[in-house]
Amino acid sequence: MQAAIRTRNLTKDYQVGFWRPRPYRALDGLSIEVAPGDVFGFLGPNGAGKTTTLKLLMQLVFPTAGDAEILGRPVGDVGVRRRIGYLPENPYFYDHLTAEELLTYYAQLFGMSAPDRRRRVAAMLDRLGVGGERRLQLRKFSKGMLQRVGLAQALLNDPEVIFLDEPMSGLDPLGRRDVRALMLELRDQGRTIFFSSHILSDAEALCNKVAIVAKGRLAGNGRLADFQEFAVHGWELVVSGVSAATLDRVKPRVRRVTPITGDRFAIDLPADAHLEQLLAELTADGAKLVSLNPVRETLEDLFVRRVAAVGDGAREEATHARR
Amino acid sequence: MHAVRCVAAAVFRESVRDRVFYNLVLFAVLLVGASILIGQLTAGQDVKIIKDLGLAATSVFGLFIAIFVGINLVSKEVDRRSIYPLLAKPVRRSELIFGKFCGLMLTLLVNVMVMTVALYAVLAFLSHGVPLSVQQAWDAPALDPALLKAIALIYLDLAVVTALALFFSSYSSPMLSAVFTLSLYVVGQFNTDLKQFDQIVSSPIAIAIGKAAYYVLPDFSKFDVKLAVVHGLPVTPGYMISTVAYAAAYVAALLLGATVIFSRRDFK
Repeated sequence: MQAAIRTRNLTKDYQVGFWRPRPYRALDGLSIEVAPGDVFGFLGPNGAGKTTTLKLLMQLVFPTAGDAEILGRPVGDVGVRRRIGYLPENPYFYDHLTAEELLTYYAQLFGMSAPDRRRRVAAMLDRLGVGGERRLQLRKFSKGMLQRVGLAQALLNDPEVIFLDEPMSGLDPLGRRDVRALMLELRDQGRTIFFSSHILSDAEALCNKVAIVAKGRLAGNGRLADFQEFAVHGWELVVSGVSAATLDRVKPRVRRVTPITGDRFAIDLPADAHLEQLLAELTADGAKLVSLNPVRETLEDLFVRRVAAVGDGAREEATHARR
Repeated sequence: MHAVRCVAAAVFRESVRDRVFYNLVLFAVLLVGASILIGQLTAGQDVKIIKDLGLAATSVFGLFIAIFVGINLVSKEVDRRSIYPLLAKPVRRSELIFGKFCGLMLTLLVNVMVMTVALYAVLAFLSHGVPLSVQQAWDAPALDPALLKAIALIYLDLAVVTALALFFSSYSSPMLSAVFTLSLYVVGQFNTDLKQFDQIVSSPIAIAIGKAAYYVLPDFSKFDVKLAVVHGLPVTPGYMISTVAYAAAYVAALLLGATVIFSRRDFK
């Protein structure tokens, strides 16, 4: 199956310094593949290379090495831009235009007919909740409203692949909820979404695949479920109506018992605990099951560990190079 | 060409919104005020002076628009990052450059046309009621169609200035672009002197450099036929054709250069 997005050894050096320019590697040999229909979270701390990657995919900057394809075409192919949408980080548009005029301008560039333009522009502005302000000049828009206009223009041409650079940036909780709902709707329609973020809860809620970048390098890539850190590390069992004698009997087989309120207890179990047997034992003694949850590492834990590992690797390499 | 048309229309709309055409009010005030004043101070020279003033004002006002709007056409998009979503649309960078140029040329065309109409209106007013015998003594009739030749060449002059501003702004800051464009405009007024450098210096190297500079730098004096037109001297069709060809070649070279630079530029 043809990948929706593919990068091979994508590398970007910027020249820094005025008198004695020297290269600064913003992205180092990035190779990723995003399948059609994926919601792909591109995660990393500030300065990790997320925006550089998106700019390379949009041909706003040119690679020092490597290449990239969207929908099987090189990123430089103008034709492929008819099939994609892009929201830049902290988008900025023309102050003198209204939201409606801006989207009409972009719709013209896509070659839409006048009736199509009117229909699509109105639909997008309404969908993003800025339909009421369509005739307001963009200079009067708040940051959150501009973000919504940015999303509207990114979806204007009904794109197959959507690139979103920090789409939640500048949005209030209500706006974030709306954008999450929109992204889920797009996912259900089978669109491919590639979005960069450093807000991990968004990625956890939306993505089926993620890549983690740190210091310009890929630190992890795959389905969330494939990350070993996401394997079940244990169980948290909450029961009520359990007697002290029963608790004393099971204590040697559990990690910890924590009283919650009254006769309600949280029991921390190892991953290899014989759950069914323990549950049968507890319920036979009159205990009631309140909840049972697997204990996994959060994406945040994973993220911190992977980013730190890249940092250590880079330090080791630098030490090695100095020797 | 579709993308070029869209970009050009957007530039024109921005010019209107940015109140670029307010200069027309100033132009009208200047022309009407001058005609009243000159009518009282001079005898029989008023038509000639108004022609001089009108053509010079058309040129200067257009020059300001060409430079100060021209240098911002690309750099404003880059500085404010509005170029990011724009270049993600099906638009080639060359189309963007050409569209920006066409949009500003459309703005200048409207500007120059309105000024032309205003100039002819003031000239018609001044010559109204003047006896035929007096009019026959003038170097050229008040409503001389040859004025259009001078105005057409002013427009070509502005096209070259716009292309220069666009060329510099494709890689440099607005401030530097303004300095470069204005400097070249001033140097270009005296470019013909470089051609005759051999009459002033004897060093073959200096002569060669002077000649090379003449061919590389724009010769803006070619576009200035204001004096000839005002004094009723002929401007031949051959001269007009060769000047149009010169402007077209120069604009094409500058736009090509701007496109090559802009197409390789990283937007960090």
